[in-house]
Amino acid sequence: MSAALTPLASEEFHAPGLGIFDWPPLVEGQAWFNKPALLAFTGGLLVIAFAFAAFSRPKLVPRGVQNVGELAYEFVREQIARPNLGKDSDRWMPLLFTMFLFVWIMNLFGSIIFIQFPVMSRIGYPAVLAIGVWVLVMYLGIKNQGPIKFFTNVMFPPGLPTWIYFLVAPIELISTFFLRHITHAIRLFATMMAGHLIIALFSEVGWHFLFVQLTPLGAPVGVLGVVMTILLTAFELFIQALQAYVFALLTAMFINDALHAAH
Amino acid sequence: MYVLAAEEASNPLVPNVAEMVVGGFAFLVVLFIVGRLLVPRIQKTLAERVDAIEGGLKRAADAQEEAQRALKQYRDQLAEARHEASRLREEAREQGAQIKAELREEAQAEARRLIEAAHAQIEADRQQAFAQLRTEIGRLSVDLAGRIVGESLEDEARQRRTVDRFLEELEAGNSAAVR
Repeated sequence: MSAALTPLASEEFHAPGLGIFDWPPLVEGQAWFNKPALLAFTGGLLVIAFAFAAFSRPKLVPRGVQNVGELAYEFVREQIARPNLGKDSDRWMPLLFTMFLFVWIMNLFGSIIFIQFPVMSRIGYPAVLAIGVWVLVMYLGIKNQGPIKFFTNVMFPPGLPTWIYFLVAPIELISTFFLRHITHAIRLFATMMAGHLIIALFSEVGWHFLFVQLTPLGAPVGVLGVVMTILLTAFELFIQALQAYVFALLTAMFINDALHAAH
Repeated sequence: MYVLAAEEASNPLVPNVAEMVVGGFAFLVVLFIVGRLLVPRIQKTLAERVDAIEGGLKRAADAQEEAQRALKQYRDQLAEARHEASRLREEAREQGAQIKAELREEAQAEARRLIEAAHAQIEADRQQAFAQLRTEIGRLSVDLAGRIVGESLEDEARQRRTVDRFLEELEAGNSAAVR
């Protein structure tokens, strides 16, 4: 596991590598049940608990948790759903609201002390969400625009010279129906992974130069590591929310493109 | 080299099927409970709140309109009452003036009547006094003449004629002087 947990093993500084994203099973023999899996369940339960506390018995005049829940709901509705989906917003709010909160709490685990692991930095979690969105978008597009029109509407935008369609059609086909769904997952995964890696690096610097090997020359470097860890943690909190927002926003955009021909 | 390098066999870009199942399952459970059961409740509540607010606004507008109507009615009544009052005042003034005129008329008539009565009384008194005086003067004159002349004018008829002549002369002279 992480070198941070075995500080006395070596006198030399080692930057944490991709190994910090690999987790052994928590229960012997159950390879799938590792820390990210436990966090995924915990995060799901937290989202359910929060939504239940806020919305199980909604009052006309909101009190307590319901205020917070409505704040989150209205943020998703006004900033994610309405700009993309317009009057279809209310129909897709259950998915978008759940997705925003689910992704956010998964990301947030990266900055919660003792947990400190963003679940979305394991590609499988964003991937399954992106695949789900892809399946949904394909279904909606074929249902609303027809099995051929759905593709040709995107591949042959009107008003271009004929020869350029030889170029545009394959690019649009690949980018709209495959690439943007792949990047949908990778964007979230990569930002979470990079953020976690950088924070792990600066934490390791602080730990190594201030505790493992305290030297007059190394101490300032260690202090810098600690300061950077604090600053980057604050930055990560912002990125975590931003990526959850972007993930839900793109989902809304893809759904709208499937419901209505883009051009 | 790094101790953990050996464990870094897995490519971070290749999704692990187990965690996709875990993530998908967790998300679907959350989607069902939150998206299917809880979000519709808050959507319903938000819609009801919009209704309540819009209903409240409508009720307020209705009340406003009602108040405006009542105010207008009140103002109309007030104007009508003012108009009525001024009409009554005018009428009363007219009546008062009429009554005053009548009273003045009556008083003047009464005064005239009194003055006339007084004049008549005075005239009567004067006549009476005049007649009395005439008799008295006659008697006195006869007495005086009798004394002066020394003879008694016993002859009644003559006596009277003499006196009457005298008095007529006196009267003629007197009235000529008065005129």
